[in-house]
Amino acid sequence: MSQVRLLVGTRKGGFVLTADGRRKDWTVSGPHFGGWEIYHMKGSAADPNRVYASQSSGWFGQVVQRSDDGGQTWNPVGNQFVYAGTPGTHEWYDGKPHPWEFKRVWHLEPSAGDPDDVYAGVEDAAIFRSRDGGKTWAELPGLRGHGTGSHWRPGAGGMCLHSIVLDGGSNGGRIYTAISAAGCFRSDDGGGTWKPINRGLHSQYLPDPDAEIGHCVHHIALHPARPSTLFMQKHWDVMRSDDAGDHWTEVSGNLPTDFGFVIDVHAHEPETIYVVPIKSDSEHYPPEGRLRVYRSRSGGNEWEALSRGLPQQNCYVDVLRDAMSVDRLEPCGVYFGTTGGQVYASADAGDSWTAVAHDLPGVLSVEAQTLP
Amino acid sequence: MVQIILPAHLRTLAGVNGEVWLDLAPPVTVAAILDAVEARFPPLLGTIRDAQSRQRRPFVRFYACEEDLSHDDPDTPLPAAVAEGREPFWIIGAIAGG
Repeated sequence: MSQVRLLVGTRKGGFVLTADGRRKDWTVSGPHFGGWEIYHMKGSAADPNRVYASQSSGWFGQVVQRSDDGGQTWNPVGNQFVYAGTPGTHEWYDGKPHPWEFKRVWHLEPSAGDPDDVYAGVEDAAIFRSRDGGKTWAELPGLRGHGTGSHWRPGAGGMCLHSIVLDGGSNGGRIYTAISAAGCFRSDDGGGTWKPINRGLHSQYLPDPDAEIGHCVHHIALHPARPSTLFMQKHWDVMRSDDAGDHWTEVSGNLPTDFGFVIDVHAHEPETIYVVPIKSDSEHYPPEGRLRVYRSRSGGNEWEALSRGLPQQNCYVDVLRDAMSVDRLEPCGVYFGTTGGQVYASADAGDSWTAVAHDLPGVLSVEAQTLP
Repeated sequence: MVQIILPAHLRTLAGVNGEVWLDLAPPVTVAAILDAVEARFPPLLGTIRDAQSRQRRPFVRFYACEEDLSHDDPDTPLPAAVAEGREPFWIIGAIAGG
């Protein structure tokens, strides 16, 4: 029988949750790296036992950990993230030039075909790549250097490159990234050259709401079968693009609020997407104190609330940008974690939910692995 | 031999229990101790000081002989009691936030 492994990064360590294909009974191991912030953990599709973890702290900086046995044991690998060439400056909150300074790794994205090939999205925003299993890292400098980088500004959470989406299909060299608060960027040549892809985004907090850059994109997702269709949870607005990000249209539709962080796509239905609406950018909790996932089976605009098994009163947690994931079983499993330390699982595509962990540290990220 | 006491999180990362003893040729300085620690325990590279600039990380402190040496020139020779192993060299994670 298949298994599901959840890799859960929290503010005080990493946890590994496992269950068989029924997804009823879960075993929790951890904390791994107790006391450290684990921004993200992700496994390789080419070798599911290869798992990478981003471990950081305000005291001791960045460490990258690697497991070759599915998260049972770990070894630190390379943590040297050196910007290529002369790093230069981006804009600070006051609009003045500020030197690029590495702070942490927000997201690790193993390539589809080689467990030693992995990308890292970092703060201050840049993308790095390792081809030796995380031992050494080299920046793909074309992103920061394509022309707009000197005008990027940090969002409230820092200037982080938080989303990396690799198109492993017919556009094998295509990479999408998203940066807070610069926007979305695409490379069509494996990360050599990049361009902003933010046309159609509208952000009223910008002097020019339709600017080429400066949009606070919170997360992006796609279905592998439709690699040119992207979904985005922006600071405000849920968006979609059907031309690889060249143009975006809003699909917030009947959501109770279009602020939020996560967005993900059903494993088998490319037009079924999930978000968790959050009340506002100053009130990081669900509307009315009711935690609800919203699902659209039409690629946006028409949304249904999914609340069975989720707290419907006095719930004031947040769901952060990398804290939702889906498995590849039938029916599709959907998972998300909260800042209150709960991990919720649905084994029926979101129709019903169960808390499979109640009292973890605040959850920063959730990644599901489907194992044979 | 110089006795070095690492903070708990760095002991875990280095895979050691208790204090660390390293053989250093004189002069024994903060920089020499950190060079030796990083060479002996590569996972600690970058966790105590920046690997490129060699600047101490802001929330890390160096103590010895009841003195805070954090702001001293890292190439200044340390007291003989540290160099001779009679007093430990402490690497401290600052008490800040949590």
